[in-house]
Amino acid sequence: MEERRYRAVSGAPIALRRRQHSASCWELAVRGPRLQLRSLSAVTSAVWLAAYGLFVLSESSMVLSAAIFITLIGLIVYLHFVKIDQESLLVIGSLGIQVTSSYASGKESTTFIEMSQVKDVVINEAIHMQKVIYYLCILLQDPQDPQGVSEVVPLFQSSQPRLDCLMEVYKSCQEILEQRKTAPQSSGIK
Amino acid sequence: MVLKVFFPSCCSSAESGILIGRWISEQNSAVILAVVHFPFIPAQVKQYLSEVQQVTKIKVSVLGSWSNSKQEKEESLSEFLEDLGTIFSHEPWIQISKERDSKFWSCSTLQKQSNSSKEEEIILVYYDQRKVMLSHLHPPLDTTPSTDHKANDASKLAAMFDTVANSKILFMTDRYDDGPIKLTHWQSDGVEASIIVELMKQASVPACMLLTFLLSLTSAICKRRMLKVWPLPFLWSKLSTCEQLGHRLQHLQVISSNKKAQNQIQLMRKANIFVSLLIDVALGILLMSWLYRKNRIGHLADTLIPVADHVAKELQDLLQWLMGAPAGLKMNRALDQVLGRFFLYHIHLWISYIHLMSPFIEMILWYVGLSACLGLTVALCILSDIIALLTFHIYCFYVYGARLYCLKIYGLSSLWRLFRGKKWNVLRQRVDSCSYDLDQLRLLVVVVQGLIHLLVDLIDSLPLYSIILRLCRSYRLSAGVKFRVLEQKHGKPLRLLMQINPLSYGSVVQTYRLPTYSCYPKDSWTSLCKKLFFGELIYPWKHKGEKQD
Repeated sequence: MEERRYRAVSGAPIALRRRQHSASCWELAVRGPRLQLRSLSAVTSAVWLAAYGLFVLSESSMVLSAAIFITLIGLIVYLHFVKIDQESLLVIGSLGIQVTSSYASGKESTTFIEMSQVKDVVINEAIHMQKVIYYLCILLQDPQDPQGVSEVVPLFQSSQPRLDCLMEVYKSCQEILEQRKTAPQSSGIK
Repeated sequence: MVLKVFFPSCCSSAESGILIGRWISEQNSAVILAVVHFPFIPAQVKQYLSEVQQVTKIKVSVLGSWSNSKQEKEESLSEFLEDLGTIFSHEPWIQISKERDSKFWSCSTLQKQSNSSKEEEIILVYYDQRKVMLSHLHPPLDTTPSTDHKANDASKLAAMFDTVANSKILFMTDRYDDGPIKLTHWQSDGVEASIIVELMKQASVPACMLLTFLLSLTSAICKRRMLKVWPLPFLWSKLSTCEQLGHRLQHLQVISSNKKAQNQIQLMRKANIFVSLLIDVALGILLMSWLYRKNRIGHLADTLIPVADHVAKELQDLLQWLMGAPAGLKMNRALDQVLGRFFLYHIHLWISYIHLMSPFIEMILWYVGLSACLGLTVALCILSDIIALLTFHIYCFYVYGARLYCLKIYGLSSLWRLFRGKKWNVLRQRVDSCSYDLDQLRLLVVVVQGLIHLLVDLIDSLPLYSIILRLCRSYRLSAGVKFRVLEQKHGKPLRLLMQINPLSYGSVVQTYRLPTYSCYPKDSWTSLCKKLFFGELIYPWKHKGEKQD
């Protein structure tokens, strides 16, 4: 198991943790920056100052309790639905690829893609505003057309690592996908 | 290729024996269903398996051996287990052994006709047998099912889930049965059952028969010629209460039918309708008990007349203002007077009618309120119908005004075209500014009615049973699986734990929505406003499926 530091597209520091469980199983996790106490206090103070200003103008204490309520609810919603702490990829040869996003509140949302549906894992280029960014994605096989791609599933969308980090992930994935091609054709799934 | 072994977690502590299950050769995976313990007679085991195969149509066979030795590993036992491989010939013969309290099991295969001498890798996946058996796998909604797919090409997970779900007969024998075969599986400690469920199953048959009888009586009454005399059918189709009652009758017919549900979707639909009806009636009875306390009906009837008087007075004031010089605009006096007097007469008629009905209103409300026990949706529909009937005169005004306004707009637009063709002819026909203010009132009524109908539709179409199931027994509705890697040891096979990934709430609602009979408003809110502006008529009683004018 090794952990290395990289940078995201926006410049924030991220960490990649690679772990090989067996010859056909790799686990790759990208951890984004944690929630900073600084930004949290700044936002809370701004909201409460504005609420206090309104209270002075309107003389109603409902404004203060509403501000506290809004801050609490907003924080809970942000931690549970918006802030993604860690995105991980579990590649198990001949079973499939599992993509997990862990939120700051502990919630985990998982998708599992079977190996028969995976055509390939590639790094794509995209032009976004004034930058060219690279992203890793899984190409899904079209059941009717063996050469076609039915869907593109982008990975690591919230942590957005740069090309050097993506290359490491790409190499580990291809190591396992190669085994698929060299294995004897007993699956018969075309 | 990698060999995958799906092992039920309930058999982890079973005694030594042989493994039975299904071998899926296309995916090189073995799904283990149960463990057969010593002593057994091989011929009896083979006979039992062929019986099971006939009933379940799944190729269940002996896959390998399982040894759970509490003492040190014995050489004779391992030889005995290998010899078993020759009796039950199966390619490959899987041998799993667990030593004392070690977490890491050793798993090996015996291939008689192996092409390569290389040891193939083995992945051990633990699964919870009960949850996988009860779960229903939902494919992603955007996959188009193609009918010419063979079973081999089906997804691995679907094949595995099907295997466990169809092997129910295997799980019926427990260790207290006196048979020749002793099995270990998730029900081997005794078949699970619930007294309440059994009692309800027994009680449901006569209840369904009674319900069917009552429903046939009701539909016989409804079909009588007396009720088909025009204009009654027209009236029934326009009142939303009758539509809702017909909808609920249909639901009751679905529930009380004797046929068993064919597949998952039909079963969930029946359950959803049942739960929805139950909650609807409960809420309706709650509303009724609140309404009939402290003489609230009397208060409601008392406030109705003054409100109607107030609205009529406001309308009369408005018309008087318009018949004069509203906001300093100069109007076509003759047309103003005609239209104004026409509308004033309407209002006068309506107010006299309300005053005529006033002594009976409390009684009518009292009896109509009793129908709330049929359900909250029926009560809301009655409310909506009452609003529609009380504001019928406003609708009449709106129709007259809108038609005239529409004519004016067409006239102006044709003149505008003429103007663009460099011919200038100004026609001063500036009546009908009264339709602007009337539109506001009309919009308010339409919005209130629309909200009530939306609420009724929401209550009708929400699959409550599916949502409660997703909340309490989330493994029953699965969108897929998720794997967790357990502790590894070098040299031992890869150990994974397979858990069920439940379906998201949005997909639950989308998959199991009950169809509703109307969608109100018929068009979106933006087209509603557009229609108001251009003077096209809005028909508040048009339902889905009726021809549009």
